[in-house]
Amino acid sequence: MDESLLEKREGSLDNDNETTTWVEYWLEGELVHRSVHVQLKRAVVSFGETAEF
Amino acid sequence: MANTQAMTTSFKVDLFNAVHAFNATGIPAHTVSTADTFKAALYITTATMNASTTAYSATNEVSGTGYTAGGVTVTFGTAPSSSGTTSFLTPSASITYTTVTLSTSFDAMLLYNSTQSNKAVAVYTFTAQTVAAGTFSLTMPTNDATTGLLRIA
Repeated sequence: MDESLLEKREGSLDNDNETTTWVEYWLEGELVHRSVHVQLKRAVVSFGETAEF
Repeated sequence: MANTQAMTTSFKVDLFNAVHAFNATGIPAHTVSTADTFKAALYITTATMNASTTAYSATNEVSGTGYTAGGVTVTFGTAPSSSGTTSFLTPSASITYTTVTLSTSFDAMLLYNSTQSNKAVAVYTFTAQTVAAGTFSLTMPTNDATTGLLRIA
């Protein structure tokens, strides 16, 4: 494959839940590669409580 | 000094380690000294993974080249800990699906215990994605009482 023919596209998003980035490679209008990396921000939390008598 | 009603922090850590057994029914055999194996499976956007999910299911799990049903093993290299009154636990490495093609949009990951009948642990959601001959990775937050992936406050 002639890598000079590849078009690279990148993107990202950031919100309260995640920071995500992705990279795509296109060849003659066809998506040939897409990788995604997600950084999770929001954990799952359980609250332990005790009852009163 | 005064007495203060509370669930003890040590108990919150013990929950992660399966130390206590309040009922004799269905208690897993944790007399062994090895940790269970936990896995992470991905689900398409039409799935209904939520707090009611009790176990891993292949229904609406992603499928595609390079992806094995059931997902990948999650590494917990750091023992559960606590800070203040919050216990926490976070995988010690990113969860990575390498060289996969996942053409149907997915937006959820189920963390489950493959050693104990695939019992569900937690569901995490993110913006819907697809992957083409690439890598999908979930990078873990800092392992502390504020951002740890699993926390009992």
